[in-house]
Amino acid sequence: MPSVTMTVNGRAVTGEVEGRTLLSQFLRDDLKLTGTHIGCDTSQCGACTVHVNGAAVKGCTMLALEADGAEVKTIEGMANPDGSLGVIQAAFQEHHGLQCGFCTPGMVMAAADLLAGNANPTEAEIRKHLEGNICRCTGYHNIVKSVQAAAAQLG
Amino acid sequence: MYNFEFVKPSTVAEAVAALASEDAQALGGGQTLIPTMKQRLASPAKLVSLTGIEEMKEIDSDGKVLTIGGGVTHAEVAAGGYGAISELAGNIGDPAVRNRGTIGGSLANNDPSADYPAAVLASNATIVTNNRTIAADDYFEGMFSTALMDGEIIISVQFPVPEAANYQKFEQPASRFALVGVFVAKYPDGVRVAVTGASEGGVFRWTAAEEALSASFSPDALDGLSLDAEGMIEDLHGSPAYRAHLVKVLTARAVAAA
Repeated sequence: MPSVTMTVNGRAVTGEVEGRTLLSQFLRDDLKLTGTHIGCDTSQCGACTVHVNGAAVKGCTMLALEADGAEVKTIEGMANPDGSLGVIQAAFQEHHGLQCGFCTPGMVMAAADLLAGNANPTEAEIRKHLEGNICRCTGYHNIVKSVQAAAAQLG
Repeated sequence: MYNFEFVKPSTVAEAVAALASEDAQALGGGQTLIPTMKQRLASPAKLVSLTGIEEMKEIDSDGKVLTIGGGVTHAEVAAGGYGAISELAGNIGDPAVRNRGTIGGSLANNDPSADYPAAVLASNATIVTNNRTIAADDYFEGMFSTALMDGEIIISVQFPVPEAANYQKFEQPASRFALVGVFVAKYPDGVRVAVTGASEGGVFRWTAAEEALSASFSPDALDGLSLDAEGMIEDLHGSPAYRAHLVKVLTARAVAAA
């Protein structure tokens, strides 16, 4: 099988994959980084959102081999080095931005993607940027609040 | 999805050679092809990724012609500030899709509800492939069908820069594809109007509106016109008559906003 090498959350990793192995599968099944969730597996829900070379992508709609040589960041890379919650994660906890939590890894990664390019987004910009992330619990209001709070703290 | 051999060439020539083998398929950003393969609606023996070809990732504008490489992502076009085309690109799918999806992939697929075909047809753009150039009017051959031959790759797309242009999209909120989308582009020699999402035949030009708008570029110029609902798409999101109605509404909005 082809081999793939990438940097995931700062750690160099190598694995053997099939052509059809998805990035989300490689992260979860091979690297055991199960924080990246697979919701719809049809690129609609965004639960599998991770960063590849700094850009948010749907891990279920990218081949692992396409990430060969790339810098990948997953939800596990969002925590502080001491293991405590990072700023965006803590804001979701503080502002009740999650209920069941299934969509949360993708929401946090999408929010981080937004804040990397726009430190002070409006509510409308937040909602537009999270269009590709579906939550069936919260009604989104507290997710938006969480992102606003994180922006204020990071800004 | 069924397994396949994966290759990622770094030049167009290598990609063309790799695509010459039987049952090989080019892979752009994969935002349509990978879901299609998951459903086993496509099962190529070999996928030839075009994402490693640097010569297909360039955007160049000399003020008269905007040239976008076939491997340029929607996010890159959206960030470029190229007027209506950038606005269109910034509303394709969602941010994560835009970070992977490419203009070449969108045009090669020619989904009847995709956004880019409307921009290409309304702009009278030229599709540059590895062995020829194809005028937009000759490129689109109906739903999911184009003039591309097997193994032919879109290297770039050349858009003549318009005097004014605008794209209006009535979004299907679940898929974010266009329920109807209308791109209006005004050039010194006339106005072109291209419609996506509406017709069973894929993207098309609304020539009656083009004539009216070429005579007078204002929303009022469309007053007496109507589009026949015959041949419009019927699905749970909208009837043919509804889509035909939307075409006129969106054309007027595009003219007003251009």
